[in-house]
Amino acid sequence: MTQIGLNHFLFVSVVLFCLGIFGIITRKNAVMVLMGIELILNSANINFIAFAKYGNFGYQGQMMALFVIILAAAEAAIALAIVLNIYKTFSTVNVDEIDTLKD
Amino acid sequence: MTIYDIIFYLFAAITVVSAFFVVTTRNIVYSAYYLLFTFFGVAGIYVLLGADFIAVVQLVVYVGGILILLLFGVMLTNRITNVQIKTGTIKIVPAAVGVALFAGILSAALLKTNWKTINTEVPISTAHTLGLLLMQQYAVVFELLGILLLIALIGAASMARK
Amino acid sequence: MTENLLIQFAIIILFLPLLGFVVTLFLGSKVKKIFLFENFVLILAFILSVIMVFAKLNYYPQENIVSEFHWISLNNVPLFGTLNIDLGILVDNISVLMIFVVTLISMLVHIFSIAYMHGDKRYNRYFAYLGIFTFSMTGIVFTHDILMMYIFWELVGLSSYLLIGFWFEKKSASDAGKKAFIVNRIGDIGMFSGILILFSTYHTFTFDKIFTQISLGVLPFNSEFWLTVTGILIFCGAIGKSAQFPLHVWLPDAMEGPTPVSALIHAATMVAAGVYLVVRVFPILTGGALEFIAIIGALSAFIPATIALTQNDIKKVLAYSTVSQLGYMVMALGVGAYKFAFFHLVTHAFFKAALFLGSGSVIHAMHHEQDIRNMGGLRKKLPLTYATFLISTIAISGVPLTSGFLSKDGILAGTFAFGSLTGQWFFAFVGFFVALLTAFYMFRLVILTFHGEPRNKEKFDHAKESPFVMVMPLVVLAALSIFIWYTPNPFNPEQGAFLSKWIKAPTIVVPQNARYSFMKNDVIKPAEQVQTAKPKTEAEITFSESYTEAMHHAHIPAMLLSLTLAGLGILLAFSFYQWKKLDPDKLANSIKPLYKLSYNKWYFDEIYQATFVAFTLGLSNVLYWIDTYIIDGIVNGSATVTKQFSKFSGTFDNIVVDGLVNLMATISGFIGLMFRRLQTGKVQTYIVVVVFSLVIILFLFKSF
Repeated sequence: MTQIGLNHFLFVSVVLFCLGIFGIITRKNAVMVLMGIELILNSANINFIAFAKYGNFGYQGQMMALFVIILAAAEAAIALAIVLNIYKTFSTVNVDEIDTLKD
Repeated sequence: MTIYDIIFYLFAAITVVSAFFVVTTRNIVYSAYYLLFTFFGVAGIYVLLGADFIAVVQLVVYVGGILILLLFGVMLTNRITNVQIKTGTIKIVPAAVGVALFAGILSAALLKTNWKTINTEVPISTAHTLGLLLMQQYAVVFELLGILLLIALIGAASMARK
Repeated sequence: MTENLLIQFAIIILFLPLLGFVVTLFLGSKVKKIFLFENFVLILAFILSVIMVFAKLNYYPQENIVSEFHWISLNNVPLFGTLNIDLGILVDNISVLMIFVVTLISMLVHIFSIAYMHGDKRYNRYFAYLGIFTFSMTGIVFTHDILMMYIFWELVGLSSYLLIGFWFEKKSASDAGKKAFIVNRIGDIGMFSGILILFSTYHTFTFDKIFTQISLGVLPFNSEFWLTVTGILIFCGAIGKSAQFPLHVWLPDAMEGPTPVSALIHAATMVAAGVYLVVRVFPILTGGALEFIAIIGALSAFIPATIALTQNDIKKVLAYSTVSQLGYMVMALGVGAYKFAFFHLVTHAFFKAALFLGSGSVIHAMHHEQDIRNMGGLRKKLPLTYATFLISTIAISGVPLTSGFLSKDGILAGTFAFGSLTGQWFFAFVGFFVALLTAFYMFRLVILTFHGEPRNKEKFDHAKESPFVMVMPLVVLAALSIFIWYTPNPFNPEQGAFLSKWIKAPTIVVPQNARYSFMKNDVIKPAEQVQTAKPKTEAEITFSESYTEAMHHAHIPAMLLSLTLAGLGILLAFSFYQWKKLDPDKLANSIKPLYKLSYNKWYFDEIYQATFVAFTLGLSNVLYWIDTYIIDGIVNGSATVTKQFSKFSGTFDNIVVDGLVNLMATISGFIGLMFRRLQTGKVQTYIVVVVFSLVIILFLFKSF
């Protein structure tokens, strides 16, 4: 076991990212899709901060992470509103049943 | 095996395992609770990486805000009385294959890359520096983000009310 | 009174009737009494023309007053050079005398019509038509160029057409109008061709300029023959308008119009326009053209006179008499008796108008009965009409103390002189024979109408003398048929101012060798003639000494002969119809073919029907056949070809072009069908695809 370095953090980030995508793909419920997105955002944040520590970027990585968190908050609010609208329109939040785009 | 390493592995495990349960648990409410652990783990990793302020923000915003919002979403979009909060999954196999392949590729990529790293010194607290940066270099972005949040707030409210 | 004032008078006289026409026509349906305005306008025009006649004859007895303007200025036309079309007014002795006749008779006819047309449903329109007729006739009289004359010539034809067909509900009336119009067009074609020849040769329409150029030796196509042809062509217009043989057939039919119209247009003025035209162009007529004119005149004098012998319609008799008298005038012009032709034009206008208006009075009294076999004895009922009618009849028969005697005697003397000079006695013979016939048929008419016992008792009882407005014109016109207005000596017209001072024979301008032999030694030198193209002094009078001399010699024998013949005619008429010494029916039976020939008007209408009309109809049929079968066949054939081609093109479109398009569409649709399966509408499927794509891309671009 080597010393904990950049690769370890990035690996955690990769796993998180892939789990997020897996969640987005497999879960029917729209809220679950949102959770997957949060996971992806978190993985991205880990990347930012890891590079901030191990790269020569100063505090820019941390700033970006901060902004991403803020955007995530806004995104969550909007996405939830959208989910509520979808629910009102289709009486369901299962994404696989919502395929009117096909027609 | 330093204490640092132990703590890292601990937090990494919490993060990854809870994230796995988030995406695999059938009960959506459970998923939300697992997500809480994931956020905690991520926050711990931030701390390990020397980003204490971000870790705090992570806890406050994600756990205190976003997670609650997600739970509200679950509540509002499922008929509680029917207890229909379990949710199915679809395309497990192709998703698993694709994601595994993707993960393998990304891992291979990051392992094969020869990262040029420097180990910067970790300051005691980053809050002071970040505060200065926000007020100086990123002042415009900061203001724009404030406006964005306001717009998101109003937009979400008006959309949800319809 | 200046010359300018005379021109202004002429213009006012010209346009007053037009004003009357416009006002009467447009207000006719609204204002019932508007016809009084038309009458007022005519009376005004007449007063002005009287002033004009006096002014012109007293102060400017020799001048030709001309006022002209450029109507169209075509500068520098290719092939022609500078070209201007002038219109203008010419006031000379002939035109003022003619305008006096026209306005006087027109005014009297207007007044006469007030009573005669009373109660007609288109009363005001009738007066409007009379107005435009007077306007056009005035235009003919005052013109100084042949183009303007042609314009008014056609206008006159139009108003004649309108007035003949005035009672167009009657088929015969509308047919007569059409006949008059079409027959006149035939003559006008000739006149128009003549005008075109003149214009293409001389580049002007003005009479004086044409005369000057001819006297300088410029001839159409450089030949005297073509000058003769031109003269005859222009005379064709006169043949049509003056109802000369062979185009005289329209005039008797024109009697379908109202009787005052017959008096004004078809006896006194319009038909005289043809004679007036010949008078105007007299200087350019060559010997050949004059000979032609004389022959036409002689035939026109003789044939209708024979027809008039047997007609029973009072107006038809007068109509044929008119043609005959016009033939007299034309013949007089043809033999060179220029002054007497114009003189006869004037005197004839008066007494023929009186005869027609008198017949109108009779018809009015008999409630539109025109057949003289149903009349008789009317002199007791219509004393004034009878008196005036009788005076006019005496005048037309050529009895001394009347104007008709003076003018007719002059014409007969002219033909006599012509015969003695050239040896052609034909015209003199015709002239004297027609004089006999005239006296006979006119007195036959008078006796049958006014003398004897009434043959239709019922109508006779209802008849009564016409009102003042109808009798007054009769009296005026009958008074003008007395010799005293023209000459103090009832046996020598030359003593009067009319012939000795007012009318002068014009200078002939045609080349010497194209003239009658007796006119040759007339104009002395061409060089002098250039300066004095207009007849101004006594010395330049055209007619040679020999002709004047011959006239002088012919005067006494001609007078005696014509007197004898007129007396014989009158005597015959009386013995046939008054004293019943001779039986006309027995005579008619004994010369049955001749009688039938005359009674049926020499079968002119039938001949024309069988030849020209039938030919035209046949030609139309042939053309129709060509149209139907050949032209339409070509059109239809090309249509069929086009249709077939279109059909082929349509098939090609349907199969080949549409097939290609459909093929492309089918291919696109097939491809779409294949790709459609990818579009599930499920976001998650898309993401799977994206992930796999990313994997593939990363493999492809692997750098590790």
